[in-house]
Amino acid sequence: MTIVIGFEGSANKIGIGIIKDGEVLSNPRRTYITPPGQGFLPGETAKHHRSVILTVLQEALDEAGLKAADIDCVAYTKGPGMGAPLVTVAIVARTVAQLWGKPLLGVNHCIGHIEMGRLITNAQNPTVLYVSGGNTQVIAYSERRYRIFGETIDIAVGNCLDRFARVIKISNDPSPGYNIEQMAKKGNKYIELPYTVKGMDVSFSGILSYIEDAAHKMLSTDQCTPEDLCFSLQETVFAMLVEITERAMAHCGSQEVLIVGGVGCNLRLQEMMGVMCKERGARIFATDESFCIDNGAMIAQAGWEMFRSGHVTELPDSWITQRYRTDEVEVTWRD
Amino acid sequence: MAQTDSAKAAVPSYLKEAQMIKQGAEARVYRSTFLGRSVIIKERFPKLYRHPEVDEKLTRRRTTQEVRSILRCRRAGISAPVVYFVDYATHCIFLQDVVNSVSVRDHIRSQPDGLQTLAERIGEVLAQMHDEDVIHGDLTTSNMLLTSGGQQQDFNLVLIDFGLSYISALPEDKGVDLYVLEKAFLSTHPKTEALFERLLKSYSSASKKSTAVIKKLDEVRLRGRKRSMVG
Repeated sequence: MTIVIGFEGSANKIGIGIIKDGEVLSNPRRTYITPPGQGFLPGETAKHHRSVILTVLQEALDEAGLKAADIDCVAYTKGPGMGAPLVTVAIVARTVAQLWGKPLLGVNHCIGHIEMGRLITNAQNPTVLYVSGGNTQVIAYSERRYRIFGETIDIAVGNCLDRFARVIKISNDPSPGYNIEQMAKKGNKYIELPYTVKGMDVSFSGILSYIEDAAHKMLSTDQCTPEDLCFSLQETVFAMLVEITERAMAHCGSQEVLIVGGVGCNLRLQEMMGVMCKERGARIFATDESFCIDNGAMIAQAGWEMFRSGHVTELPDSWITQRYRTDEVEVTWRD
Repeated sequence: MAQTDSAKAAVPSYLKEAQMIKQGAEARVYRSTFLGRSVIIKERFPKLYRHPEVDEKLTRRRTTQEVRSILRCRRAGISAPVVYFVDYATHCIFLQDVVNSVSVRDHIRSQPDGLQTLAERIGEVLAQMHDEDVIHGDLTTSNMLLTSGGQQQDFNLVLIDFGLSYISALPEDKGVDLYVLEKAFLSTHPKTEALFERLLKSYSSASKKSTAVIKKLDEVRLRGRKRSMVG
């Protein structure tokens, strides 16, 4: 029996989760929400995380019904992410590990998403579409690495959606992506937008520039509604994502797709991916918002896998990094 | 639902007799005969996950661009399949069946040694293609075929699957084309960094316009590799 506590705080979510041999014992989380039209800045986000992290830690232990002595390993997000929030979480994880006398383990955020997705859905060897505010990658496991077959060559899809939300002042509560999804359901006019796919890679900067320029012009002249813009943006960027995922599946000979990351909660994206999978005779796997969105349990789960296969991070090596590629990690816990 | 039904109803007679060999992301690929020749038929079928307006526009544009790029390559002496016939109503392209060929992907996997000559040849062919301002758009080792000549070292490299191709003189587009290949290459064939470097060196030597392209490739690498979760 192995129990791992995981600390996540690479962006605007702070979460602490506890995993016991594949069972989620607790997974509390807080979100730093900014006013409409504003993004979250690293310093302000870190300040938010500092103000709530100990409360969240206590909640995680209470909810799991555990004491410090029951924990076998302390896992934390090493990167990638925003510098200041990562540092905040790493400091607390380091301190806790020393106070409790437990081994420490730095985890790759992206691999946390993948391992949590595999645990929850029971997907065996899927092609993974990892879509969030900071990442857009198509990943498949091969020879002890999660290999990146395709990715954005500029900004992430979630970043594109968030920045569009700022342009037309969509609320950030509970999240801009969620609000775009709800508004898109009421849109019915499709506005043509740039569609940029490069093999298994995508580019979102062009579509964002176009819609930033055109949005106010089109809205002020009643050419379309904000709902139509949300609908059109979603339809276009998600079609691009499904296309590159299908291309990677064809390339790898894969019959499973796993969608992870915050944008993976979007039901329209899941629906479009489902249609593609049905056409190919493939299977789609996705998780709900409690696991799609950044959370502590995913770091605990990846930490659990790593710890069981002999990984430990020594204190001098327990730094963080904003840039940490998914394919840099040797995956020793899979065949 | 109507789109599915009409798509099924519109299956042309020549596809009913053809044998489907694979379904890619872009199209279904069939083997058949056309005027007594063995052909590959590439059918771009409606992608039901896409909005109909997006799908129709992409399908039409990509069919046209594919044929245009293949013809441009062949005129420049770059090996690519012969285009026999294009049915724009059903978005089907009839292409030469490159018989007795093996994909570069399978070749690398089955013969991991002595690949330097192959890497150099790929670099030369891509340089030639880019000098003709053809951007392939989906460069992977699966989209390159090897047909053998008389001797061991005598082989011909055939570029296939121009479904995402277009014409552009911009170094940015050529740099991205190489970046797409680099990622596909290194993901599909781990531990081949030295081989890919050899390919790029060969590309640089063979292309008249390589300096600006390689500079752009370095920029795109930074964008892709360093921007993870930042920005």
